[in-house]
Amino acid sequence: MTTRTLLQAINDGLHTVMKEDPSVLVFGEDVGVKGGVFLVTEGLQKEFGKERCFDTPLSEDGIVGAAIGMAMNGLKPVAEIQFQDFIFPAFDQIVSEAAKLRYRSGGQYTAPMVIRTPYGGGIQGGLYHSQSGEAYFCHTPGLKVVIPSTPHDAKGLLIASIEDPDPVLFLEPKALYRAVKGEVPEGHYTVDLTTLREARPGKDVVIFCYGAMVPVAMKAAELASENGIDCRVVDLRTLLPLDEEGVLEHAKAVGRVVVLHEAPRFCGYGGEISALIAENCIEYMEAPITRVAGFDTPFPNTLEHHYLPDHRRVLDAVERTYHF
Amino acid sequence: MELPAYDPQWLKDLLRYMLIVRCMDGRMMKLQRAGRIGFVGSMHGQEAAMIGACSALEAQDWLWSGLREGGAALMRGLPFSEYIAQMYCNSNDTAKGRQMCNHLQHKGSHYPSWSSVIGTQLPHGVGAAYAAKVRGLDEVHAIFFGDGATSSSGFHSGLNFAGVWEVPAVFCCVDNGWAISVPSSQQTAQLEYERKGECYGMPGYAVDGNDVLACFEAMKTLVARARGGGGPSLLVLRTYRMQGHSSSDDPTRYRDAAEVETWTKRDPLERITRFLESQGVLQAGEYARMESELLAEIDREIHIQEAAAPMPLKSLVEDVYGDIPRHLRKQYNEFLGVAKRYGDADVGDGVFPL
Repeated sequence: MTTRTLLQAINDGLHTVMKEDPSVLVFGEDVGVKGGVFLVTEGLQKEFGKERCFDTPLSEDGIVGAAIGMAMNGLKPVAEIQFQDFIFPAFDQIVSEAAKLRYRSGGQYTAPMVIRTPYGGGIQGGLYHSQSGEAYFCHTPGLKVVIPSTPHDAKGLLIASIEDPDPVLFLEPKALYRAVKGEVPEGHYTVDLTTLREARPGKDVVIFCYGAMVPVAMKAAELASENGIDCRVVDLRTLLPLDEEGVLEHAKAVGRVVVLHEAPRFCGYGGEISALIAENCIEYMEAPITRVAGFDTPFPNTLEHHYLPDHRRVLDAVERTYHF
Repeated sequence: MELPAYDPQWLKDLLRYMLIVRCMDGRMMKLQRAGRIGFVGSMHGQEAAMIGACSALEAQDWLWSGLREGGAALMRGLPFSEYIAQMYCNSNDTAKGRQMCNHLQHKGSHYPSWSSVIGTQLPHGVGAAYAAKVRGLDEVHAIFFGDGATSSSGFHSGLNFAGVWEVPAVFCCVDNGWAISVPSSQQTAQLEYERKGECYGMPGYAVDGNDVLACFEAMKTLVARARGGGGPSLLVLRTYRMQGHSSSDDPTRYRDAAEVETWTKRDPLERITRFLESQGVLQAGEYARMESELLAEIDREIHIQEAAAPMPLKSLVEDVYGDIPRHLRKQYNEFLGVAKRYGDADVGDGVFPL
């Protein structure tokens, strides 16, 4: 075990897999000699050479399109999109090609590949370095969507994603890159892509969240406990396919639900969680299911700390739900 | 001009492969008109381009296709049975009836299907060629697309990446003059498509796409170049789409009869037939005999595929992922209750364990 930041854990995961499997390649914009704009891929080119960790031309659809071809011909590409905000030129390649290849070919061709990309706010990046676009991709059958929130999970989920037979979009909460630290096992291990994680036990209100919102929920839960409200925090971590049974178990056990994400509320991922619970166990609910989310606006710049849900807004929702 | 000394049997085979394309195409169009299959993207007029160019490929090479390269797949090993099953989208279809008709694939000869979105297969071919290069495989990747695709982002990123990575690929632009109803003049201000290669650091050439031997010779040179580590190139095959974009299109709405007439006179099959007859390679009556044999063979397969079962209902949720996740098993089981109630479910459409 070593204490690592979330960023170091991802770097460690890449090192681990590249060492074990020569078919794994890491590429994208500035990932080579520079080691990425956040330094997630630092040291990989030096250790594994320019053939296995390299810079590409500045073209997201080219990066993802080429990754699909590599995956179809025996390599395991781990492509980086520099910011999730820049992924949309590759939307077609992800949604129409990678996600549908197995299905449309009747299983003759597959695209086992990982697209890593930092998402979310908290770095004063304005509209185009801050978005949280998971909902666009969770609407795409054939794709897996993974978001870690701890260093342990980041490494284990990343290795599982690289070994997965299907294309995985691996969204990295950039606000947590250096903000969270934790124990990370040495060497190879995986965290499976089918189960959520109970981040904090509790019996009064359950907060469903993921990525950079997990620490926010934890802080809100801490404050709530000072007021005698015992919050459970559930980190969904694999958004697609979702551990539906896990969500329902926690919802039924607690009976009061808050769903939290930083993306806009309308058609956001929280709507799906709310509907899942309402359809399957509404009779267990003792209060309306409550969503806390970003505004239905573009991502702001100077006011981002008000746009992003913070512990105060979460606490407010927890109290409303508890006292309903 | 002196011709290379071709083997007469090889020449005759070339004609036969072109004739297979013409016969298959004609039969499929009739089936579509009879309402037996849904959609055909006719290859009529482009037989020399696809057969000539793809004759220069080896068995281990890949062919990345657009809508109209199915005839080349037939030459490279796609059986008539599979081709026709894919046109029927029935349970013998290797794609399990999921793609619309005419989106052919054949893994055995390295022929993935295209999606329908224009130009997306170019970066795929480049990535696969890069994989061949780093894995030390002796593969050349022939990446086909139409003239309309030169406007797509996939063309730009595909050629750009290929040039930077120096991959073993040949980009084959089948310039048939039309992207559905849009002529080349509205597609680009640089009608010499081959010159676009220069911008990506690769040589570009154009060839008469209705001259099967010219297509073969040009492609042979570029494939050898790629195989020898010389990098990618762009080859434009100038030809004409004799019919509509597809069975759903009426080309008389947007193009002149005179233009079609000009190209009718350049029919690639007539040209190679005349040439082979003049060389004494093809005897009188041979063409007609070949044609009737091929049509009989195709018709036999049509009868077999006509009788094949549709895909079982379970295939609705299969192949989305490597395993069928729980939520899809659940969705299917719920659907099955309704399907059974209304008599849509057959034996074998049983529930999944949850």
